[in-house]
Amino acid sequence: MSSLSQSLSLALPSPRTPRAAAFGQIVRNAARLVWRQPTNMIGSIGLPVVLTIIFGELPSFHQPLPGYGGLILFDAYVPIIMVLGLTMLTLLGLPGPLVSYRELGILRRLSTTPVPPSWLLAAQVVVQLCIALAGLAIVNIVSVAAFGAPVPKSLGGLALSCLLAIGGLFALGLLVAALAPTANSVNAIGRLALIPLMFFAGLWLPRALMPAVLQDISNYTPLGAAVEAIQDSVQTGFPPAAPLLVLAGYTLVFAFLARRFFRWE
Amino acid sequence: MPTLESTAAVPVEAPVAIGGRPAVEVAHLRKAYGTLVAVDDVSFTVTEGEIFGILGPNGAGKTTAVECAIGLRRPDTGTIRLLGLDPHADREKIHEIVGVQLQSGALPAKLRVGEILEEYRSFYRDPADVGELLDVLGLAAKRGDYYRSLSGGQRQRLSVALALIGQPRIAVLDEMTTGLDPQARRDTWELIEHIRDRGVTIVLVTHFMEEAERLCDRVALIDHGRVVALDTPARLAAQARGGKTVRFLPSAPFGDRLLADLPEVSRVEREGQHVVVTGTGELVNAVILALHASGVTARDVQLDSSNLEDAFVKLTGKNLDSKGAPA
Repeated sequence: MSSLSQSLSLALPSPRTPRAAAFGQIVRNAARLVWRQPTNMIGSIGLPVVLTIIFGELPSFHQPLPGYGGLILFDAYVPIIMVLGLTMLTLLGLPGPLVSYRELGILRRLSTTPVPPSWLLAAQVVVQLCIALAGLAIVNIVSVAAFGAPVPKSLGGLALSCLLAIGGLFALGLLVAALAPTANSVNAIGRLALIPLMFFAGLWLPRALMPAVLQDISNYTPLGAAVEAIQDSVQTGFPPAAPLLVLAGYTLVFAFLARRFFRWE
Repeated sequence: MPTLESTAAVPVEAPVAIGGRPAVEVAHLRKAYGTLVAVDDVSFTVTEGEIFGILGPNGAGKTTAVECAIGLRRPDTGTIRLLGLDPHADREKIHEIVGVQLQSGALPAKLRVGEILEEYRSFYRDPADVGELLDVLGLAAKRGDYYRSLSGGQRQRLSVALALIGQPRIAVLDEMTTGLDPQARRDTWELIEHIRDRGVTIVLVTHFMEEAERLCDRVALIDHGRVVALDTPARLAAQARGGKTVRFLPSAPFGDRLLADLPEVSRVEREGQHVVVTGTGELVNAVILALHASGVTARDVQLDSSNLEDAFVKLTGKNLDSKGAPA
């Protein structure tokens, strides 16, 4: 027996697979699926761009807010729109495919191949990350180039704020994927979570106009902190530590919970 | 009958098919989920080049046993070797040489057949050619079609294709024809034989008797997490009946004793006008001669060929569930 297994293991090629090529193929098919079912891309890129254009065209949005150091309403809304796109993406676009992979038994199927099922997750994150970055960049460029929003004071601060916001929200998306039993329930959970999250981001009442209590609460919500960090980077310079730490904290907590509760089958 | 019951008590080492090298060795496998014992004590050996059937009703522990065997689940106790390799210690090698088609797996609706196969092909070091595999599976014309546009049979064949794309030495197919129409089922059977002819060892999990009888060189009957019998389908069927059955319409009435006293006969039953005689040896001759001696002619004589289904009922005391099973 042992001589048989020895001769067999000698006959088998070394356990190295063409890993990079395999990951590339998984990413390619994940991207194809996103492209062929563009609902979520419309939500996370199309909707923010349309809102930017509508708000940019409204004269009332170009008045300075009284008592807020000359902050213009449109400029207050740009970070909110950026965060809205990101949230749509991470609450719906990211967990949706992952949960359907699990529902269809694809994660299970993959665990019988040389490639671990976690690669499907990683590929999905890569694809959604590209969409997120594209959405953020487009909203920024349109608002500056077409509607006179200020060029960000601290590009490094903006990049860091966006990355931490992406970190916190992607981790939240993975937590939704961990907890949602079916692809349909992702939609229900996502839509339900979107409303309070976006409220504290200032979608209905920009943070600058919120009463002090709401603003304090908002500071400690993931989207409130994200809007604060982005707005500071644009208006004043490198953002203070508080919102960045809040975002980093959410990233860690959501990622830990997602890992803890994720089911592969 | 007594021989069958005794085999249920000890782990069965059934006759090994010719050609000899073991592809799959499972010894004293046990797996419990809490208090539920899914697999109690399962042992079997599959020889290279064999089509080996694992047959049993739903909930018998077939799938759990197979999932342990391929390393998807860790058994509580027992040893497993696939071509001499341990499914956990040699996980990566196992995944290269064992192709698996799990029960009821689907794929993304909006990926094309060719795209799916190219993706899975990239996972392996020495994969099959996509075009050739599609030809063999009769899916060549579907290469550019979305998964959602495929029929049930086509989806099943694609699933089998994914199990084979890495050119495995062992293919494990779990309930591969469940939900297929009879034609698609027959096509899939032909395909399996074709794959075996290419030297692949096949482990077939099924609850279709017809499938096991048609395809398998040997069959393990599993019930309540145990192997209750392991042999060729024909031998299992013969054992289960404890002999043969002759059914006929007598030309005149006669007493049961006439036949029951024959050494070849073990049982005489009446089914309406018909008489059913169970026994061994030259049963038909003995019955006809005895009847003839008493001036009775047997008409409408049927030699009832017992089958695996009978074996199953005999061994487990129940019918296979009716879910999609052929009548």
